[in-house]
Amino acid sequence: MKDLESILREIPFFAGLDDKHVRLIAGCARNCRFETGEYLFHEGDPASEFFLIRQGTVALDVVAPGRQPIVFSTLAQGEVVGASWLVSPYRWMFDARATTPTHALGIDAGCLRRKCEEDHDFGYLMMKRFLPVFVKRLHATRLQMFDVYRKN
Amino acid sequence: MDMPRHNALVPAPYRVGEVYRELPDTVTLRLVPESGGRPPYTPGQFNMLYAFGTGEIAISISGEDEGEGFLHTVREVGAVSTALARLAVGARVGLRGPFGAGWPTAEGSDVIFVAGGLGLAPLRPAIRRALARRSDYGRVAILFGTRHPAEMLYRQELEQWRQRLDVDVSVTVDHADALWHGNVGVVPALIARTVFDPKNAVALVCGPEVMMRFTVSALREAGVPDGRVYLSMERNMKCAAGLCGHCQFGPEFLCMTGPVMPFDRIASLFATREI
Repeated sequence: MKDLESILREIPFFAGLDDKHVRLIAGCARNCRFETGEYLFHEGDPASEFFLIRQGTVALDVVAPGRQPIVFSTLAQGEVVGASWLVSPYRWMFDARATTPTHALGIDAGCLRRKCEEDHDFGYLMMKRFLPVFVKRLHATRLQMFDVYRKN
Repeated sequence: MDMPRHNALVPAPYRVGEVYRELPDTVTLRLVPESGGRPPYTPGQFNMLYAFGTGEIAISISGEDEGEGFLHTVREVGAVSTALARLAVGARVGLRGPFGAGWPTAEGSDVIFVAGGLGLAPLRPAIRRALARRSDYGRVAILFGTRHPAEMLYRQELEQWRQRLDVDVSVTVDHADALWHGNVGVVPALIARTVFDPKNAVALVCGPEVMMRFTVSALREAGVPDGRVYLSMERNMKCAAGLCGHCQFGPEFLCMTGPVMPFDRIASLFATREI
């Protein structure tokens, strides 16, 4: 059975990290599995743990009264689930639901934030990994909002 | 196909042989020539369709009819497209074409088709060609994005492609509720999830221009050279014979050198607002 450090090294998101930093992250990580339909987290809950998908798919949705939940993004293998753990007040703004059997690495957000505070070089390294992911999602969200396929 | 210019301006009479309802506002017309055979065409080319009494517009060829006619997928947007989309079987239309440059054959390469919304229509003949000669290509991926699950063009054919084991088909929608079990997100985001050799890949892209800009950015990030990315550029085609200039895109007349253009040829113009 692989240990967490080996698993982390296989995830492209963490590619190129040195052993020391992989050990720091592994100290905050756990393996987890979600069945189809199971929630990784719910809107309003403390953003205490975020996830990296190893296998499977996760839908992000928001609930509006009297309507079916609105899915606004589906995430797949290698992708990060959750951004609210990075910014105060550290609460989820949406639901995350497994749409297929999903294996993920759960990262204790408080633990990782604390290590980033203690070692700013490590913190900067983490920011350089996470920021492009979130900027790309912002761009994708804008493209979604443009509603480019609507009839003019 | 190069047509003599005097012939290029004269519509040939065609009949509507069949009308396939694709979406509430979109049909595919099977157009059959009244006399003689259908001229040859290259996937990616377009015809000028003339709705008598209303006007003429450029519509990409979305398929062929076993050598006898053309398939054209038409969405009701303006007066002419609405008139065309509401034609009944047996109705007469004028047709000029085919015009322009089509998709490259890309044999020997990995081929990534990226389509957004109605942009799947001009790509469909190229996809069918690649699947019919599957062994001539490396990996083949079809990435299709649309607005909503209910607005999915060629759903049945997409499902047939998806059942094949030798092609990677990914479909995504911009908006959905929890009843949709497929992917939600924009089509450029699918590129990073697709397995292909970027240096040996050719990407054929068709959709709204904003979607194509984001797609080019994702393809560049994946390592696909600009010269191996082909876009179908939509402009106001009028004469379709390189005479009137309505379709001018910088130094290019897209009715002649386009609509399919390699990105490296138009990169400097692509984000220029005035063009």
